[in-house]
Amino acid sequence: MSDFDHKIALVTGAGSGIGRATALVFAREGAAVACSDIDTESGEATVRMIEDLGGTASFVRADVSVGSDVEAMVQTVVERYGRLDVAHNNAGIGGLGKPIDGHSLSEFERTMAINTKGVFHGMKYQIPQMLKQGGGAIVNTSSMMGLVGLAGISAYSASKHAVVGLTRSAALEYGSKGVRINCVCPGIIRTPINQKYWDEFPEAEKEWLSIEPIGRYGEPEEVAEVVAWMASDEASFMHGHALSVDGGATAQ
Amino acid sequence: MSRLATKVALVTGGGAGLGRATCLAFAAESAAVVVADRDAEGAAGTVSLIERKGGSAVSVETDVTQASDCERMVAEATSRFGRLDFAYNNAGMGGEGLPTHETTLVHWDALMAVNLTGVFLSMKYEIPAMLETGGGAIVNTSSIRGLVSYPDLSAYTASKHAVFGLTKSAALEYADKGIRINAVCPGVVKTALVEQSYARMPGFEERSLALHPVGRFGEPEEIAATVVWLCSDEASYVAGAGLVVDGGWVAQ
Repeated sequence: MSDFDHKIALVTGAGSGIGRATALVFAREGAAVACSDIDTESGEATVRMIEDLGGTASFVRADVSVGSDVEAMVQTVVERYGRLDVAHNNAGIGGLGKPIDGHSLSEFERTMAINTKGVFHGMKYQIPQMLKQGGGAIVNTSSMMGLVGLAGISAYSASKHAVVGLTRSAALEYGSKGVRINCVCPGIIRTPINQKYWDEFPEAEKEWLSIEPIGRYGEPEEVAEVVAWMASDEASFMHGHALSVDGGATAQ
Repeated sequence: MSRLATKVALVTGGGAGLGRATCLAFAAESAAVVVADRDAEGAAGTVSLIERKGGSAVSVETDVTQASDCERMVAEATSRFGRLDFAYNNAGMGGEGLPTHETTLVHWDALMAVNLTGVFLSMKYEIPAMLETGGGAIVNTSSIRGLVSYPDLSAYTASKHAVFGLTKSAALEYADKGIRINAVCPGVVKTALVEQSYARMPGFEERSLALHPVGRFGEPEEIAATVVWLCSDEASYVAGAGLVVDGGWVAQ
């Protein structure tokens, strides 16, 4: 495949996990990739990984929970590359590992600010640029927890359900204007976010495996391939969809 | 591209519409294709289209409502090509366009036999062949009617919901045995089958088009690309999913 030759892709949360893997796949397929992250060091590391493989990439720092950061991020991409064809709004934080009565309001709000409002901000500033060019494709990161719940991560689950709703509504608004919008719902993936959770709650690493009918956790690369495909022309009639990449978890 | 070289794919309803487009898409990726269809002439037509492009294919006259036919089509794959890696269980028939109380038992039984029992029988014989070689991938044709309904299509809707349920259950049974099983849920694609249905049901076409946020019907090739992708290793963590390819219909 070289589906993304001459295309400009933007990935938020590109400094680790699914975001980094997606940035690498976009680059492999020929896109110039703007790698955004709140953490400069890890975002720049992704850029170096792409450059070491002969690809084109650059870093742009943004805290997706801050609207002006996201506006500046999109502006920077357009200044650097002249356009924006593909965006993966992926930056997010994990669950808290405690029941609702143990969630503080500030923890809840922080989860929503990054996981949900961050996606809103992303689309809000990406879409006008895509409309200006006559089209584009957006993939948002939801989660299997955007479709079902799991004890101990209610704020996370709420934030990811909201991403599905936001994706569907946005899809209806821009479908006939050439901007395709979908989201991906990963199951339990071996990302640094989950690793951190498992370090804190070691029993969860074993317990969660029972959620996965495929008998293993997913790898970030397996989600990245799905995101890249959804953003490609092969998925030209896919719009407003929440695509499960979860080893069968939500089939049960 | 030849993502699927040395692989063997079987497609039911391969003589026309989505099935034919998918046969061609498998062949374009260098897979050998078994084209099963009740319409021997249609199946042979697909085979000659593939052979003309230098591909490898064989046709098998198959009525998916007959267990012995399904057994034979799988045997054809293993005897001609030595194995079976992918199956797209797609043979189906359309709705009658009548409200539930006017739907005849004859129509109900005929439709269920093809759309649902046909998928069951196909998987029943495909799965053992795949287990023998350590795995494979199956995609069943559900529909957006497997997720939401529309007036005057109750038998069709019931059959397609059932295909999705069957897909999920089968996915759970074989996920850890190397067989990934998913469904594709197309929106309206203007195949010959749909043209016939619209001819029988005045007004359906206009109303249906109005429900597609992208403002057009899908093309068979857009579904075919999805099916082939679901079978490829790029979709290695996708199991038990109903992949919606509908131009945004069910997002609303």
